[in-house]
Amino acid sequence: MTSATLHSDATRQQADAWRRQTSLRRFYTALGIGLLLVAMCATMWFADEANAGHFFDRLPHLLDFLSWLIPKDWNDVWRALFDIASPNDKGTQEFNFPLGRVYVWGGFYIPEYFELMLTTVNVALVSTFIGFVFAVPFSFIAARNLTPSPVLRLVVKRFMELLRAFPEIVIAGLFAAIVSIGPVAAIIAIGLHSIGALGKLFYEINENIDMRPEEGLRAVGANWFERVRFAGLPQVLPNFMSYTLLRIEINVRISTIMGAVGGGGIGEELKLSISRGFGAKTLALVLLLFITIFLVDQFSAWLRRKLVGEQAFLMSA
Amino acid sequence: MAITVEEIAAIEDRHPQIFRRPAYKRFWPLLLIAGTLLYLGYALWFFSLPQVLRESHWERLPLFLSQWISYDLQPEFRLDQPQITPKYPRFSALGENPNPDWVIQNPDGTFTVQIDGDAKSVTFDKTKATITANGVTVPVALTSGKPVVTGPVPDWVTVHDDEIVAKMGFAGEVRVTVDRVKVRKRFLGWANFVFDTRSPFFGRPYSEVVSLIVSGPELQPGTSNLSLAADNIWNNAQWQHGDVWTKLLQTIVMAFLGTLLGGIVAFPLAFFAARNITPSGILSQVLKRFFDFMRSVDMLIWALFFTRAFGPGPLAGSAAIFFTEIGTLGKTYSEALENIDDKPREGVLSTGANGLLVQRYGVLPEVIPVFISQTLYQWESNTRGATIIGAVGAGGIGLKLWEAMRTNSNWANVFYMVLLTLLVVFIFDNISNFLRRRLSRTLHDYNRLQAERG
Repeated sequence: MTSATLHSDATRQQADAWRRQTSLRRFYTALGIGLLLVAMCATMWFADEANAGHFFDRLPHLLDFLSWLIPKDWNDVWRALFDIASPNDKGTQEFNFPLGRVYVWGGFYIPEYFELMLTTVNVALVSTFIGFVFAVPFSFIAARNLTPSPVLRLVVKRFMELLRAFPEIVIAGLFAAIVSIGPVAAIIAIGLHSIGALGKLFYEINENIDMRPEEGLRAVGANWFERVRFAGLPQVLPNFMSYTLLRIEINVRISTIMGAVGGGGIGEELKLSISRGFGAKTLALVLLLFITIFLVDQFSAWLRRKLVGEQAFLMSA
Repeated sequence: MAITVEEIAAIEDRHPQIFRRPAYKRFWPLLLIAGTLLYLGYALWFFSLPQVLRESHWERLPLFLSQWISYDLQPEFRLDQPQITPKYPRFSALGENPNPDWVIQNPDGTFTVQIDGDAKSVTFDKTKATITANGVTVPVALTSGKPVVTGPVPDWVTVHDDEIVAKMGFAGEVRVTVDRVKVRKRFLGWANFVFDTRSPFFGRPYSEVVSLIVSGPELQPGTSNLSLAADNIWNNAQWQHGDVWTKLLQTIVMAFLGTLLGGIVAFPLAFFAARNITPSGILSQVLKRFFDFMRSVDMLIWALFFTRAFGPGPLAGSAAIFFTEIGTLGKTYSEALENIDDKPREGVLSTGANGLLVQRYGVLPEVIPVFISQTLYQWESNTRGATIIGAVGAGGIGLKLWEAMRTNSNWANVFYMVLLTLLVVFIFDNISNFLRRRLSRTLHDYNRLQAERG
């Protein structure tokens, strides 16, 4: 009898404690969500106030805005893409497709938009290469377990942090004034940013390697370079490659945006085309950009899966 | 202990996968390097890099960088007027009626401008000028219709047809013609950072400003000195503190709002896209392709479209980040859902709970930390991305930065904004890192508990 009472007392106490705990937790969750909602409404109001056109004023006109996008003749999209003369051409810039041809060899030409897309992709590839080349040695210096000197490690780490956080458009703007506006300034800006971004990911990989090969090499008297080359690099290279491929995906996007602010390439043409309301040209550019980014993403995903398996798809947590 | 040839052969036989690898496996690193080099050669030609580098102006780099942290004053002295008087450009950093102590009118009627004390200075009247720098004194005669250096010309002085230019490094330069002397003197620091030249507080020492604010008479009748000072700082014409900070807030808001809304929309969609949860395989495929579409139609395209739809401003930027994030977060959320442990779900299902309750108690506790962690990560990267997006008109600090840079003269303002941006990125990185570390600890504990229970 007494034991049963005790038992039920203990159970009740436990149940009470549990209830108190959960109610407190629920209260905090509700408070958190409430605060988030308040912040969301406040920022929405702020963004709407600060904008040139207001959300509810512009909403009914959203479809008007889409209407210029629909070309009168859908074939113009293909003609714009491949620089084929359009019968709608009345001497305006809207339909002057063949003027942009880039002649490579005699009568053989690359359509303008493909050339621009190529520029954008090349900017992304070259800047990723720059990032990779510098990030690899930096990452070995910045890794706690492999660094040749703690002071140097700190310097390199801070330097990479600075490169990562520095707004790319400022670097691009600075170099636009030095090497003239265009893709080279964009390469420098994106390349510098990539050094910081890749360097951080790389040194985090380096810090998680198996140190036994390194000890073995140290035991036979290998110097720092040999230890890094033969004990570090083989372990981390697949992961390095995987992150570099991921970086290529990101850099293609950044390079497009850089183009829109003067870095050359397809971004510039897209911005012009949208601001002038050229429906067919815009659609052709969006289509080309969409397909390119999609293909780059798929190719890089395929290659990453081959290199490091499913692990490649876990984003850094 | 030396191994014999037979032993080596035996080891080779035992491990053929190491010693006799197929040719393509042995040579692919070499091929990769050769391919990269070929590509780089092509890129060199594609961007005509040698020509671009040849035509670039690297000498501008130190000049621009020095402008980030310094400002200059450019007084001009007309010699063809009856009275020599210093003239300053309009909106010079000294305000109206400047009378700086480094411009000295000597008793004998000549003027001396000290560019770096007496060691780098110029003294002149209507007939002659004497430039001193680097321990050398260069006399210039102005009487023969064009400026003539009498004596040897040091290498820091350039003699043009009608002008003599003396460069004095960071400190500035002197330009002399027969009818005017032009001086540029450079100062380290940011001019008029707190009060601009129109402010009644301009040029007063800080102690005086403080005492004016605390107990001084009203400088502008009807407003307290404190609110006047605050208004003057906020509306500083040169540094535009008010505008810069508002734009910075816009950038933060864009990243926050875009990521949050993207998360809210992606959250329910991810359940229908996850292969192990969705009621229909077709729906899953459709949603996944939709996520890919939202991601592949780049943030730039969304930004340009919404800028045209809503006009330039943070609304367009938020909408652009929102649309991109639906894709990115939808993809990562649904991948997280596909990787869950199915046992809690089966357990809840076996009690007869309906579909919604199964998700709430069988799935959510497992994925919520992952979801929040991914969202924070995206928030962090969008805070950086919002800066660039701004430059195409989507609001925020980006456009302001871009406009300040285009003139090539406002590098100090650019640096001010860069410092603020760096500060914001730094703060948000740390907040996001802190929250994610706490979450990953929760995740870690959860995994450990799971492991202990078997």
